[in-house]
Amino acid sequence: MTTKTINLTLKVWRQNRGEKKGKLKTYFAKNISGDMSFLEMIDVVNEDLTKNREEPIAFDHDCREGICGMCGAVINGRAHGHEKETTLCQLHMRHFSDGDTIVIEPWRSRAFPIIKDLIVDRSALDRIIQSGGYISVNTGGAPDANAIPIAREVAETAFNAAACIGCGACVAACPNASAMLFVSAKISHLALLPQGRIEAAKRAKAMVRQMDQLGFGNCSNETECEAECPKGISIINIARLNREFLKAELC
Amino acid sequence: MTPYVENDQKIDTKLDAKVPPGPLAGKWDQYRFDLKLVNPANKKKFDIIVVGTGLAGASAAATLAELGYHVKNFCIQDSPRRAHSIAAQGGINAAKNYSNDGDSIWRLFYDTIKGGDFRAREANVYRLAQISNHIIDHCVAQGIPFARDYGGFLDNRSFGGAQVSRTFYAKGQTGQQLLLGAYSALMRQVASGMVKMFPRREMMELVVVDGRARGIVTRNLITGEIETYDGHAVVLATGGYGNVFNLSTNAMSSNVTASFRAYKKGAYFANPCFTQIHPTCIPVHGTFQSKLTLMSESLRNDGRVWVPKKPGDKRRAADIPESERDYYLENKYPSFGNLVPRDVASRNAKEQCDKGKGVGETGLAVYLDFEDAINRYGEDVVAGKYGNLFEMYEKITGENPYKTPMMIYPAVHYAMGGLWVDYNLMSTIDGLFVLGEANFSDHGANRLGASALMQGLADGYFIIPYTIGGYLAETTFSEVHAQNSDEFKKGVEAVNNRINRLLSVNGNRTVADFHRKLGLILWDHCGMSRNEEDLLKAKSMVNALKHEFWKDVYIPGIGKDLNQSLENAGRVADFLEFAELMITDALARKESCGCHFNTAFQTEENEARRDDENFCHVAAWEYAGEEKDPVFHKEPLEFENVKLSQRSYK
Repeated sequence: MTTKTINLTLKVWRQNRGEKKGKLKTYFAKNISGDMSFLEMIDVVNEDLTKNREEPIAFDHDCREGICGMCGAVINGRAHGHEKETTLCQLHMRHFSDGDTIVIEPWRSRAFPIIKDLIVDRSALDRIIQSGGYISVNTGGAPDANAIPIAREVAETAFNAAACIGCGACVAACPNASAMLFVSAKISHLALLPQGRIEAAKRAKAMVRQMDQLGFGNCSNETECEAECPKGISIINIARLNREFLKAELC
Repeated sequence: MTPYVENDQKIDTKLDAKVPPGPLAGKWDQYRFDLKLVNPANKKKFDIIVVGTGLAGASAAATLAELGYHVKNFCIQDSPRRAHSIAAQGGINAAKNYSNDGDSIWRLFYDTIKGGDFRAREANVYRLAQISNHIIDHCVAQGIPFARDYGGFLDNRSFGGAQVSRTFYAKGQTGQQLLLGAYSALMRQVASGMVKMFPRREMMELVVVDGRARGIVTRNLITGEIETYDGHAVVLATGGYGNVFNLSTNAMSSNVTASFRAYKKGAYFANPCFTQIHPTCIPVHGTFQSKLTLMSESLRNDGRVWVPKKPGDKRRAADIPESERDYYLENKYPSFGNLVPRDVASRNAKEQCDKGKGVGETGLAVYLDFEDAINRYGEDVVAGKYGNLFEMYEKITGENPYKTPMMIYPAVHYAMGGLWVDYNLMSTIDGLFVLGEANFSDHGANRLGASALMQGLADGYFIIPYTIGGYLAETTFSEVHAQNSDEFKKGVEAVNNRINRLLSVNGNRTVADFHRKLGLILWDHCGMSRNEEDLLKAKSMVNALKHEFWKDVYIPGIGKDLNQSLENAGRVADFLEFAELMITDALARKESCGCHFNTAFQTEENEARRDDENFCHVAAWEYAGEEKDPVFHKEPLEFENVKLSQRSYK
C-alpha cells in the first residue's frame, strides 16, 4: 500500500439535465492517496464542492468492486481509463502521477443520451436483452441439473461470454458506437449451451434487429471494444454472432 | 428507562408464524395443497408491486408474471441487472449430494439451523433446504454457466460451516451469473408486457389502505418527481441494511429506507442486531475509503489463516519462520480448521488483533496464506480456482497474493435481521410480503456461506408464487386508485415534507460526514463484540448525532432534479433512526448467539454462550412513534426436530 499523495487537475464534463450542450470545467484534486479508487477521488472532489456550496459532479456508481457495471466514464479518451480490464471503480490513483491533468467525460453515443454530467441513459441495452437475450423457460419444469452434461470447455467459453457486465464501455470506445460486443456476448453465451441452442436462430435475428433500431452503429472491426472491455470479452464472440446471424438468415 | 415492554403473558396474535402442522418433511407439500389457488383467468386482474430486482425481487417479478399476474417492478439503479446480488462471489448451496459425501436435505437443514446458532424457524429452514435442489435445476435450464468437471457434470466446492461439498459456483462470479439469469427471465416478461419496469426509482413510502398494503410512493431519481403506484399486494425485496455501518461490503446505494418506511407503517422489525461481519475482506486503509471489498470465503478452502505468535512482531511475512506462526483456526478448531463459520472466524481474527498479533500497517489484519496450496497444486491450479479474486486483491492493494500472503480483516457484510415475516413471507401488515435479505427468516444469528443466494432465489422463484396466491384468493379487495385515494395523497405529502425539511436545514456539514460518524459509533460499540455499557453509550451518541444531522446537514441542489446528495441524505436519515433500533435490540438480547457476541455471556473458551431458557425467540419490534422506544414482541422458537446444543466446530 502506498502512502504518498498526488495533486491533480481535473477537466470534468458538466451538463445540466435538459441542457443540449455541456462544457468541461476545471477542478483541483489535492492530496490524493494512491490507494484511492478513481471514484473515491471524485468523492473527495465532491465533498469539497459541497462544502463550497457548489453542486457535486453527478456520476453513476454502485458496487465499487467492478461487477455491477454501473460506473464508467471516458478518462483521457479511454473508456474506464488506461488500465487493462479495469472498471473505473477499480482504477486506482497509484496509476497516475503528481501534476497530471485528467479529462473526464461521459460515454458518448447516440443510443446513450446524457442525463446529467457523467450519467447517461443506457436503457437501450436492456431493450436489446428484452428482444431475445434469454432462454424461454418458466419456473417449475426444469429437469435435474445433471441431466444434460456440458463439456467443461464449452461451459467455460459460455461463462467467459456471460461475464459481460453491461457497462457500455464497448459502445463508448467504438468509433461507430456499435453494441456488437455486448450483443455477441449474450448470443454466444446462450448459443454455446445446449439449453440455448433451440432458440439460437430466432434470438440472433431479433437481437441484431433491435440493436440496429436503437441507433447503435455497425461493426467495422476496429476492435476498440475488446481493448477497453473491463471483463476481457473477446471479439471472437462477434465472429460467432456473425456466424449465428448468417446461419439464421440463410436457413 | 425501560428499554422495552415485555408482553409474555398474552399471546401475540400478530406474530402468528402460521407454521403448518404435521411432520417437518411434509409441511410444505401439505401447505401448498391447502393454499387456495387463484383461477388462471383471474390472475390478470391482480397488480403486484415488487420493489427491488436482486435475486429475490427479479425472480419473484419474473415468476409472478409467468403465472399471469401483472407486475410493476422497481429498482434504484439504471437497470435491474445491477442489484447488489450481482456482487456475490462464492456460490450457492444445494442438497443435491452430487459429491456423494453424505449430504441430504436434512443435513443442509441441520447445518443451516446450527450455523445460525439455533435462532431461526425450523419449518422455514427445512423448506429452504428442500427447495435448494429445484433452484439448481432451474438455473441450469436458464443457461447459468456453472463450473463443471471433465465429464461435463456440475462441480461442487466446500464452504464454511459444512463438512460436505455442496456449493455450486461460477468462478468467483456466482451472484452475477444467477442474477443475470433472473434478469433475463425478467426481461422476457417485460417483453411480453406482463412486467412494467420502473428503474431509477426509490421507494419513499408504503401506502396502507384499510390495514392492507396497497401501494407505494416513489421518487423518480432522474426528475425528482414524486410518483404513486397502486396494486393488490406489495413485495419488498430491497436487501439488507449493512450500510448503516457506513463501511461495508454492500453497494453504495444499499439502504434500509424501504424496510424502515414499512416498519414505521406497522411492519415489525425482527432481530435488527443480527449483522454478519464477514471474516475475509480487504482491510481498511484510509479515511477516504468508500467501501470494503470482500474476498470470497471460498478462499478459506485453500488459504491458511495465521498471525505471528509473538505480539508486536513487525517482520515481513516471509521472514517469520514456520515455528513462529500461529495458525490459530487450525489449532483451536481441528475438525473444521479454516472452514469454521463466519462469526467464529471473524471473532477470532479480532481476538488475535486485540492481543497485538495483527499484521500490516494498522495491525488490524491477519494473513490468508496460499503458499502451501501453491506448493501442493501449482500456481496454475490455484489461479484456476481463485484467479479473479487474486487479481481483484492486487488491483486494490497493489500486492501480489501469489508472492506474499493476503491480508484480511472482518467487515460488515450481511443482515440476518430484517422485517418479520410468517411462513408465507408476509409481514405484520396484510399484503406486504418481504423476500431475501430484507426479511429475517432463515439464517438465525449467523448466515452460512453460499446461503444468501439460495434464500433469495427460493423466496422469489418457489415460495412467493404460491403464498401470494393464497393471500389474493382469500382476500376481498376494495377499489383503490392511486390518483384519487386519500392515503396516497397523504403519502405524497409526507414524502414532500420530508424532502423539504431535509433541504431546508441548510447547515454546514455534508451527508457523508454524518454517515462516517454513525458508522464508527456502530463499529466500535455494536460490532463484533458488544457489552451493555458500550451499547448504552452508543445509543445516546447516535441519538445526539441524529439531532445534529437535522440541525446541521447541508444538501446542495433542489428536490426536482437528479440530486445524489439528497438521495443519500434520505438514506442516512433513516439509518440514524434505524441504528437506535439496532442498539435497542442488542441491549435487549442478554445472551450471546452467532454474530451477537455480548462479552458478558461467553464460555470459558470465549465462545458465544446462548441462553435458551430466556432468549430462544425472535425479537420483533413495533414502531411506537418519534423518540419513543419501540415495543417488543416475541415469537418463541420451538425446536421439535433438532436438539439445541452448544455449537462446536472443534
